[in-house]
Amino acid sequence: MTFIKKTLAASIAVAAASSLAVSTAQADMSDGEVRIGYLADMSGTYRDLAGPGGLTAMEMAVADFGGSVDGAPIVISSADDRNSADVGANTVRGWIDQDNVDMVGGLVASSVSIAVTKVLEENNGLGIVSGSAASSITNEHCTPNHIHWVYDTYPLANGTAKAVVEQGGDSWFMLTADYAFGHALEADVTKVVEESGGEIVGGVRHPFPTSDFSSYILQAQGSGAKIVGLANAGADTVNAITTASQFGLTQSGQQLAGLLIFLNDVHALGLEATQNLLLTTGWYWDMDEQSREWAQRYFDEVGRMPTMVQAGIYSSTMHYLKAVEAAGTDDPETVRAQMADMPIEDFFARNGSIREDGRMIHDMYLAQVKTPEESTGEWDLYEILSTIPAAEAYRPLSESQCKLVQN
Amino acid sequence: MTMIFGVPLAVFMGQLTLGLVNGAFYALLSLGLAVIFGLLKIVNFAHGAQYMLGAFAALLGFRYLGINYWLALLLVPLVVGAFGVLLERFLLRRIAHLDHLYGLLLTFGLALIFEGTLVNFFGVSGARYATPEILQGGLNLGFMFLPTYRAWVLVAALAMCLFTWFMIERTRLGAYLRAGTENSQLMQAFGVNVPLLITLTYGFGVALAAFAGVLAAPLYPVSPTMGSSLLIVVFAVVVIGGMGSILGAIITGLAMGIIEGLTKVYYPEASNTVIFFVMIVVLMLRPVGLFGKEA
Repeated sequence: MTFIKKTLAASIAVAAASSLAVSTAQADMSDGEVRIGYLADMSGTYRDLAGPGGLTAMEMAVADFGGSVDGAPIVISSADDRNSADVGANTVRGWIDQDNVDMVGGLVASSVSIAVTKVLEENNGLGIVSGSAASSITNEHCTPNHIHWVYDTYPLANGTAKAVVEQGGDSWFMLTADYAFGHALEADVTKVVEESGGEIVGGVRHPFPTSDFSSYILQAQGSGAKIVGLANAGADTVNAITTASQFGLTQSGQQLAGLLIFLNDVHALGLEATQNLLLTTGWYWDMDEQSREWAQRYFDEVGRMPTMVQAGIYSSTMHYLKAVEAAGTDDPETVRAQMADMPIEDFFARNGSIREDGRMIHDMYLAQVKTPEESTGEWDLYEILSTIPAAEAYRPLSESQCKLVQN
Repeated sequence: MTMIFGVPLAVFMGQLTLGLVNGAFYALLSLGLAVIFGLLKIVNFAHGAQYMLGAFAALLGFRYLGINYWLALLLVPLVVGAFGVLLERFLLRRIAHLDHLYGLLLTFGLALIFEGTLVNFFGVSGARYATPEILQGGLNLGFMFLPTYRAWVLVAALAMCLFTWFMIERTRLGAYLRAGTENSQLMQAFGVNVPLLITLTYGFGVALAAFAGVLAAPLYPVSPTMGSSLLIVVFAVVVIGGMGSILGAIITGLAMGIIEGLTKVYYPEASNTVIFFVMIVVLMLRPVGLFGKEA
C-alpha cells in the first residue's frame, strides 16, 4: 500500500514538475540565487555526528566563499529528517518543487540518503551525501544525481579488519546489528578477515537498537576469539564498548575492533574504555597544520572538535561552490560534471577525485585511540598509524554494480 | 562439561545472573509506574524521562557541584521527586477529573519537552559517569566475571523494591493511601488530606525513577534519550504484572529480565521482542495481568 502511495506521489511530483516546465538548464543561476538545502538528523541518534554542527560547517564554507557566486547570493535552508526516509524524501521534494533548491547536502542516515537520492534522480537535482555509511549508495543505489563524499563501509571494513589481522588478530567474534547495514558490514569484514588468513569463530546478531550488551559480551568472552568485531554503529557501539570495559574484556586479553566509530563516540566513551581501539577514519582534526587550523575555527564557533562528517560537509560545499563558479551555472548536471573534472585537494581530502559512480575517493587513515596517559587534552583522541591510499581504499570499479559503470 | 539445552552450564548461569540484574532494573522502574497508576490512575509516560533526569542530575551534580555517587543516590531522588511534586500540583491535578487519556498525553508531552531541551544543550552521544571507586572491579563467581557494580545494582534495586512494597502494603501510611484512592471523599470526611497524599505519592513514584536513573548512570552512557527506549519495555512489564499491582511489578520485572537474558543466548534476534510476546500471551489468557485484580 505504501509502495503504491509512494509511487503515485512520485509520479504526481514528476508530472507536476514537467508540466510546470521548470527550466533548470539556464546558462546562469536559476532565480538569481544559489540555493542549498541542508538535510540531516538534527535531534536524534546521529545529531552529534553531523546535525547542527554540520550546518555550521556548511555556513562556514559559504562565508569563506564570500557569500555569493558571480553576484548571485548563496542561500541555505535546513531541515531535520528525524532519521525518517519519508520525512527526508518529502522535504527534498518540497525544496525542489517550491523553493527551487539547487543542491542538497548533509544526508546522514543511509536509509534517508537512498530515498532522497531517488527523489533527486526523478527531479534532476543534485545531492552530496556526507554522513551515510552504506557503500550501496554508490553501488546498487547509485544515480547520476548524487556524490558520496566522506567514507563508506567498504574502507571501514577493509582498513580496520586487514590491519587487525596483520597485527595477529586472526580469530574473530562478530557482534552485529541485526539489520541491513550490520549484515552488509559483517559480510565485508568476514570477506577481508578470511582473505587475510584469519577466521570468524562465532558471532551474535543483536536487535537494533540494544541498550544492554552484557549478555553478548559474556558470549564473546566465552568464544575464545582474539578479536571482538563491532558491526554496529552509534549508540549500539557506544553501549557495547562500555559494557566490554565493565566486564574486563580487554584486560583478559581480547581486543575490540570498532568498524564504524566516530570522534564523538570516542569522546563520549572516554579513553579509559576505548584505549587502543583500531579504527578507520576519513579525516582527523589533528592530522596536520591545515586540519588543525580549520578545526580550531570550527571549535571557536561550536565548542566541540569537528567529526570527519562535519569537516566533509565544509569540503563538499566548498567544492560545489567552486564548480558552480567555474561552470557559470547552478544547473545540476553541468555542476556535477564540473565537480568531477576538478581534483579535490583541501584540508579534508587528499588525492581526492570523483569517480563515475559518484564515489569521491580520497586517502583514508588507520587510527588507534590513545591511552589516557598519551592524551594531552579533551580532544586529543587518535593517533594516525598509516594512510590507505585513495586508489586502494574504496571498492574497485571492476566490482561495481552501479548502472553508470560499464563493466 | 554439563550442558543445558546445548549451552554450557557456566554460560547458562552467567546469563541467568545478568538477567536477574536487568530484571531488578525493570522491577524498580515498573514499580514506580505501578505505584503511580495504582494509586493515582495516571499513566505516567514521563517515567522514562524522569529516570533520565535522575541520571543527568547525578552527572551534572558531580560535574559542577562535586556531589559524589553516594550523596547523589540520596539527594537526586529527593530533588527530582520534588520536581515531580510540582508537576502534580500545577499540571496533573488540573486534569485529574478528565479521562485518563489526558494524563497520558500530558505526561508524554512533558517527556518530549524534557528530552528535547536536554538534547539541545548536551547532544545525544551521552557522557560517562564514573563508577564509584569501591564498586569498581569484579567478582569471580566461578562461572563468570560479574562486575561488582552490577552486583550492587541488584542488591540496591531489590532493597528499594521491598522497602516500597512494605511501605504501601504494610504500614498505616500505605493503608491511608490505598483507602484514599478507593474512596477519597470518605477519607476526607475522616480528616485525611487526600490531595496532599496524592501529590506526595506522585513525587515518590518519580523519586523511584530518579533513583533507578542514578543506579544506571555508571552502567550506560548518560544521554537525554536513555529513558525513551526503556519505557516501552517497562510498560509491557507493568501490563504483564497487572496494572497497578505492586508485587506484580516486582516479580514480573525480575522474571522478564531472566526470560530476556535466556533469549539472548538461545535466539538473540528475538531478545527485544520476547517480552512483548509474553505480554500478548498473558493478555489473551488473563487480560488483567498475572497479578491484577479482576474488575
